[in-house]
Amino acid sequence: MLGITGAIFVVVAGLLVYILVRFRGGAGSEGTDPPQIYGSQRIELAWTLVPLLIVVVLFLTTARYLFAIELTRPTAGALEVTMVGHQWWWEIRYPALGIVTANELHLPLSLPEGTSPTFITLQSADVIHSFWVPQLAGKLDLIPNKTNRLWLDPRRPGTYVGQCAQFCGVQHAGMLLRVVVHPKPEFDAWAAAQRSPAADEPSAHLGRQVFESVACVSCHTVRGTRANGLFGPDLTHLMSRTTIGSGVIDNTPEHLRAWIDDPNHLKPGVLMPAMALSREDLDQVVAYLATLR
Amino acid sequence: MSAITGPLSEGEAAADAQRPWTSTLHEWAMTVDHKRLGIMYVLGGLVFFVVAGSEATLIRLQLIHSNNTLISPQLFNRLLTMHGTTMVFFVGIPIVFGFANYLVPLMIGARDLAFPRLNAFGFWLFLFGGLLLYFSFIAGDGLAGAGSAPDVGWFAYSPLAGRAFSRGHSTDFWTVGLLIAGIGTNATAINLVASVFTMRCPGMTLGRMPLFVWMMLVVSGMTLIILPPLTAAQIMLLFDRFLGSHFFDTQAGGSALLWQHFFWFFGHPEVYVLMVPGFGYVSEIIPVFSRKVIFGYAMVAAASVSIGFVALTTWAHHMFTVGLGAAPNALFVASTMLVGVPTGIKIFNWLATIYGGRIRFQVPMLFCLAFLFQFLCAGLTGIMLSVAPFDYQLHDSYFVVAHFHFVLIGGLLFTIFAAIYYWFPKVTGRMLSERLGRWHFWLLVLGFNLTFVTLHFVGFAGMPRRIYTYPADRGWDLLNTVATLGVPLQIAAVLCFVVNVVVSLRRGAVAGNDPWDAWTLEWGTTSPPPAYNFESIPIVHSRRPLWDLKHPEDPDGPHE
Amino acid sequence: MSVASTTREIGDEALPSRGKVGVIALIACESSLLAVFVVAYLFYLGKSLSGPYPKDVLDFPLLGTIFLFTSSVTVVFAVRALRRGASSAGAGWLAATVLLGVGFLSRTAREWQRLIFHDGLTISTNLFGTTFYSLVGLHAGHVVVGLLMLTVILGCAVRGALRPSHAERVELVSWYWHFVDVVWFVVLTVVYVVGR
Repeated sequence: MLGITGAIFVVVAGLLVYILVRFRGGAGSEGTDPPQIYGSQRIELAWTLVPLLIVVVLFLTTARYLFAIELTRPTAGALEVTMVGHQWWWEIRYPALGIVTANELHLPLSLPEGTSPTFITLQSADVIHSFWVPQLAGKLDLIPNKTNRLWLDPRRPGTYVGQCAQFCGVQHAGMLLRVVVHPKPEFDAWAAAQRSPAADEPSAHLGRQVFESVACVSCHTVRGTRANGLFGPDLTHLMSRTTIGSGVIDNTPEHLRAWIDDPNHLKPGVLMPAMALSREDLDQVVAYLATLR
Repeated sequence: MSAITGPLSEGEAAADAQRPWTSTLHEWAMTVDHKRLGIMYVLGGLVFFVVAGSEATLIRLQLIHSNNTLISPQLFNRLLTMHGTTMVFFVGIPIVFGFANYLVPLMIGARDLAFPRLNAFGFWLFLFGGLLLYFSFIAGDGLAGAGSAPDVGWFAYSPLAGRAFSRGHSTDFWTVGLLIAGIGTNATAINLVASVFTMRCPGMTLGRMPLFVWMMLVVSGMTLIILPPLTAAQIMLLFDRFLGSHFFDTQAGGSALLWQHFFWFFGHPEVYVLMVPGFGYVSEIIPVFSRKVIFGYAMVAAASVSIGFVALTTWAHHMFTVGLGAAPNALFVASTMLVGVPTGIKIFNWLATIYGGRIRFQVPMLFCLAFLFQFLCAGLTGIMLSVAPFDYQLHDSYFVVAHFHFVLIGGLLFTIFAAIYYWFPKVTGRMLSERLGRWHFWLLVLGFNLTFVTLHFVGFAGMPRRIYTYPADRGWDLLNTVATLGVPLQIAAVLCFVVNVVVSLRRGAVAGNDPWDAWTLEWGTTSPPPAYNFESIPIVHSRRPLWDLKHPEDPDGPHE
Repeated sequence: MSVASTTREIGDEALPSRGKVGVIALIACESSLLAVFVVAYLFYLGKSLSGPYPKDVLDFPLLGTIFLFTSSVTVVFAVRALRRGASSAGAGWLAATVLLGVGFLSRTAREWQRLIFHDGLTISTNLFGTTFYSLVGLHAGHVVVGLLMLTVILGCAVRGALRPSHAERVELVSWYWHFVDVVWFVVLTVVYVVGR
């Protein structure tokens, strides 16, 4: 691709430079006009047909890749993930594994090649978003009232960063996505941990009470508690994620406290309101949430 | 001011200098003369250009490094929306139709356009639409005190632009402002089509029209077909937002993609509507400054007409990533690659024109030559984007931003400046300064390429569009800083241009009828032309009537 | 100096009149506009999440259609009469055209009244309501504009101000009127035949 366009550029630009140098009018060129050439059917035919041929070749190659991408079907070992785009966070579900999480997509390695790619179903709860992790795949949009399918075939473990690539409102820039690729055993361990219900440490009982008595529960879910809201990210294993707010800051108790106190300060325009908790309540809630590993 | 309507006798000039400014203002406000309306269109477009350029400057300043807090996300989104909307609808369109307004009647040997009052109507609609759009900035407090300017992108995708997600009236300013301006553009397109088909002077068959006129015919025809769909979609959006209808309401079973199809059916041919007039300027200027007739007139005209048709079939290459499916995507890959062919071979025609010529490197030609290099790049990056799997990565990244700025600045703006330097003497009777022009040119070439070549790589590095900031760990800082450094150079270039115009209006060298030794009809009358354009309607026998007059021993006719 | 006269010649070919080209261009524009609403109507057929549905509430608008198509015939007679200088006959045919146009609009109004108040279908009810009212309404809007133009011409005719030299301009308005009829034919087919 780059080769063809690069070659065309070099040839045409080179030709232009040559022409500019060769035919520059000198000081004594005023008054006489050079021979007027009106056209040449043969030359014009040639320079129409050659580009057309290039286009045909390019098109056939492109079409082949297009269909190859679309016609890839899930193998027996393929993982299925459903992602729902929200203004400005990612809801992530693994239906077969019984996992619901947010903003961090964990995937198993697909080795040997193609034996266990991951298929992602893309949907949206509000406006159009776009899933783009440049190092893993091209992008595909999340569109309300439409379902799209994307597959990933990760070959190297590690953390990949992506973000929403379709303008979706005030915090479009703040809708980051982390994709963590694990070797299969590590992924299975992660999945098992995610499947378990929320931690219920006695030291955090007070905090849990506060949490369950304020508005948090109407937007968030913590499995095994009263909190079953669907408007915001699932918090069951909040501390297993490396960032808060879909990638805007690192996930530490101090940041968590600042976020809950006034999310708008860290992510202006975010839909979560400032919770207006007293200092004690805030400390309690943060202490509770910090146990949700 | 009235120096621009025609040469005055001494007595008239004296009386003119004593006229109250209100009288002159009234004359211009009431005018239906295509030349004055053309000037007003171009001036209006240039004013909006400065405004939209300022918006872009703020955007680049915000993005100069990661995690910058110069501009809030709310203001940033308004800026990017207004920048794009203004540049397309209130800079590009008025300037290209303004040039057409001024030049087409002169080039076809007519005294005005077909419908002079409709012409004025179109201009005032454009101006009103633009002012309405900008009124949004002060029409309400909005968030962060930034006014209620629209913030949904220049393309206003649904459902983001719907009632639920776009509260208040900011989106309505966008919709109604553009709707009104669009009606004006349609009116001008009708005017141009009627003029070209019915008002050519004796002897000027369609095959003897200047190529610029061919380009404007194609552009006007395209406008008639593609602008109403945008108007229709905007009416639908207004119905959704005010009457509760469900055209783009996904909750009621509506389709978010329907807006995109309608918008891009307009949007893609629109960029050809913007660029093809540029091809027209270049097709007039390059021959004159190479001292050679255009190579392959018929092919250039035919290629332009075919662009007009094929461009109507390419729209969904803006939608490769929405999940239409491989077969529809493949169709649009084919049509997009196809439209590149007539566009590309025009470059060969221009090269063949210069080949064997005697090149004069004056400022209009300099801008045309830079255009050739830069538009070549733009076309090639366009071909790259047309390869859909490639586009899956590059769509909505800064690579696309770089591509279309190469088309619209590196292509269109450079040809507009070429046209201004070329025809300014005809319009005002004075030459622009060559020296200032060269400063303008080189500063713009440097600044533009510094910014937009860099942005290609920013796109390759994975940076999406329309984000008000980015984290420090993505590795985009250095590239963004370099790109922003191109901005002051471009501002300096535009300043040179403004100074050039202001100074030359007073003290530029007197131009005479035909300062460039050119060949089309407008150079056969005075600079500026009288209100009635020509003493008597010319009769032509070839494509270059003035060449025939200057070379009676070797007229064009037998060669054509 | 006045602008060039309406018909010009270049070599052997006679150039068309600018009015004719202008109106053709306008009709192209309007066709493009209405086509988008037709596309939206067809696209959303069968996609409404809830009723009322087309086959439940739509009756074929026979009378209104007859009125409108007949008015295209009467306007042709009007133009012919004006062309040969029969100004009062022309005014008569024009009046008939306007009356038939008003008749069509009143049939539409009756239909809409029934749909809104009896069947509970408004533009915001469902996708069918949205696309139906906008398409039929846009057409009706064009009928209104046409009627306004025809009424103005009728006024001129009644006051004896129309000459045979004006006949071409009246003909151009009649072209617009025929266009409105053609659009109605499309709307009929899409909404009342295919859509039900």
